[in-house]
Amino acid sequence: MPSLKFKNVYLKDYFTIVGPKEKQSKLKKYDLDFDDYYFETKTFEMAEIKMQKMVIDNLLKKNNIDYIIGGDLINQIAISSYAARNCGIPFVGIYSACSSFVEALLLASTIIDSENAQNIICLTSSHNLTAEKQYRYPTEYGNTKPHTATTTATGAVGAVVSKEKSRIMIKNGTFGKIIDLGVNDANHMGAVMAPACADTIHNHLINNKKKPDDYDLILTGDLGKIGINILKEYYKNAFNETLNNVVDSGSEIYKQNQDTYSGGSGPCCLPLYFFCNILTKEKYHKILLVGTGSLHTPVLVNQHQTIPAISHVIEIEVL
Amino acid sequence: MNKEEYQKLIKAKKPKEPKLKNALIAFFTGGFMGFFCEILSKLLIVWLGIPKSFSYGIICFLLILCASFFTALGFFDNLIVKYKCGLIIPTTGFAHSVTSSALEYKNDGMITGLGSNFFKLAGSVILYGIVSAFFLCLLKVICYA
Repeated sequence: MPSLKFKNVYLKDYFTIVGPKEKQSKLKKYDLDFDDYYFETKTFEMAEIKMQKMVIDNLLKKNNIDYIIGGDLINQIAISSYAARNCGIPFVGIYSACSSFVEALLLASTIIDSENAQNIICLTSSHNLTAEKQYRYPTEYGNTKPHTATTTATGAVGAVVSKEKSRIMIKNGTFGKIIDLGVNDANHMGAVMAPACADTIHNHLINNKKKPDDYDLILTGDLGKIGINILKEYYKNAFNETLNNVVDSGSEIYKQNQDTYSGGSGPCCLPLYFFCNILTKEKYHKILLVGTGSLHTPVLVNQHQTIPAISHVIEIEVL
Repeated sequence: MNKEEYQKLIKAKKPKEPKLKNALIAFFTGGFMGFFCEILSKLLIVWLGIPKSFSYGIICFLLILCASFFTALGFFDNLIVKYKCGLIIPTTGFAHSVTSSALEYKNDGMITGLGSNFFKLAGSVILYGIVSAFFLCLLKVICYA
């Protein structure tokens, strides 16, 4: 599968909201934060919808939007659909678990590049407690987890992909294949996603005739502290090449003293760390964003099926 | 890299869970709770002059009440994560699982939410508890008949 190449596609604007734990994390310069997981609503699901709605409303204030492309973790991508209702803009719902944001960027860039739209919002969110409820146990249930488990980050991110020039340029990207190397442990998603992540990075580099060191930073999504080590080892074994400049958002987003097992996860993990940490440093210019998604459902995990994973890559140049 | 090689790689990178430490924490927490409840039971017998079986019932009721109340206050899950099976195995674990399910689904309606999900986690305990009790009683009847 060849990579997608884009001309004159930029990230014009973005809006970020972070939850209580993320407020204490390494994230800086976010647009909005809140202390209560209910976010002044009655349920956690309504809180996540409110987060996405606020992201859309804030981006609509400054931009004329043609489409919204959004996805989240909750069944039938309900959060994004409910958040985008009544805003009068065509909506494209997508799902590839925690790589949804990169998938949205790739699709938006393709539409912008084909000159069929001027501005598109790419939207995603996750909420620790809605994810716990859907994938694991009731939120107040004290479930002991292994060290390989990750903590779903709470937050929402929206970015406007546009033809208008800005300092963040989207150059190219690669859609990944679904890969399953026989892992069925839903508490070890780093191991589930690492082969898919490695495969897409490798395909992207081959397609664009580049080496890992050609980038200032390869930023992966939510492999976690154990998953990132598996990725490095797997990449070395499978492709005989070393990933020196790879950093995982999930591993890095929280501070050491925040008890998060193997790190953060969720579709908002990568964009939050990218917008609220990496971009603030102004140190990295050529960046490869690698979204990683574990495509499991609790039903099939209970039926002892192995978990397929996917990964998408997008190349960003910060001017 | 094939599936077998990958499984080996995962195994090599997987940190070991401190099983002995967890077991000791659970043993001492559970033991302390049993010790404390036994003292309370004896005091109830002396103070209120009630029979032993009744005082055990009161203690059991108090444990369920405390576990459910602390779950509703939102900190019992943290205690369980910290003290593990020391709090999960006793009746506190059962009460915690039922209360947490009830809290979770109360917004989904009294019938479709709370009612149908009340025993979501505790259902297995009830089912297999009854089945085990049935077979053990059957064994007892056969052995002593």
